[in-house]
Amino acid sequence: MKRPLKFIAALSLISSSFFLCGCESSRSQVLAAEESQVKLRSMQSRIFDTTDKIKTLRTAMATLQDLGFVIDKADDVLGSVSATKLDRYAVRITINVRPHGETQMVVRANAQYNLKAIEDPEPYQQFFAAFEKAMFLTAHNIE
Amino acid sequence: MRRLYLCCFLLMPFTLIFQGCGGIPKDALRMNKATLEDRRLQTRFFDTSDEKKILSASAGVLQDLGFNLDESETDLGLIVASKERSATEVGQVLLAVVVAGMTSGPAMYDTKQKIRVSLISSQVGENGKQTAVRVTFQRIVWDNYGQISKLERLNDPEIHQGFFEKLSKAVFLEAHGI
Repeated sequence: MKRPLKFIAALSLISSSFFLCGCESSRSQVLAAEESQVKLRSMQSRIFDTTDKIKTLRTAMATLQDLGFVIDKADDVLGSVSATKLDRYAVRITINVRPHGETQMVVRANAQYNLKAIEDPEPYQQFFAAFEKAMFLTAHNIE
Repeated sequence: MRRLYLCCFLLMPFTLIFQGCGGIPKDALRMNKATLEDRRLQTRFFDTSDEKKILSASAGVLQDLGFNLDESETDLGLIVASKERSATEVGQVLLAVVVAGMTSGPAMYDTKQKIRVSLISSQVGENGKQTAVRVTFQRIVWDNYGQISKLERLNDPEIHQGFFEKLSKAVFLEAHGI
């Protein structure tokens, strides 16, 4: 009497695992983002009244070092810096600097914490608070 | 016994859910009291405006220490380097074996580490008469099962002092063409 019960239990487990597999493939992570594109951009970007790309990038690197990051890569032509912080967790961040009109630069930061994108505004606010101080300039929110 | 299994089975989905939680620590991207202290520990100033010379001396020191250069961007004053080394410590292995013997579990101990360093130079002072060098180290350690056992930054004063002593020497050697 016990055998069929076990069989049914095993069968239901296998079928439910198939069902769960169908739910979401891990490949969907490639284009996944929880927040809307517009919202993400606005929380991750700030505008500064400067046209000096090199100075902005150097300040970004200095700020990242202040926050305990080790720089992975930097490119002054593209205007990007990537860095990693290891402190029992891993935070990876990329900063991008590009001109905004004639007199300003947009600085955008996007980061991930372990295996998850940081889509909460607070860590970005903290980063830009530190960055703003190092730049001696006020950060403007992007419209 | 059966109740225990049932409990475990029912709790399993919750542990899976919680695994994904645990967001970024509150102070991960915030400046704190230790920031200034760290900056002082990790930075040294050289009385020269020749940033490129300091960078090339720095690359030389990193090579002296067995690092391979991964990335460099002279215009931004950046060098990134890393090395992979053994992380085995006899004491830790012995302890792991003893604990494993007592609990009949697997003996886990560190075997491999990757040490990463980024070095940034910048011109400071009046008319950029001085060059500042700031260096930050971190490492990833794997155990004998190939799993990551440590993710940490290396902020020991001895490491930084040792590095800068070598760098001062290298700047002197390069200045005198040795």
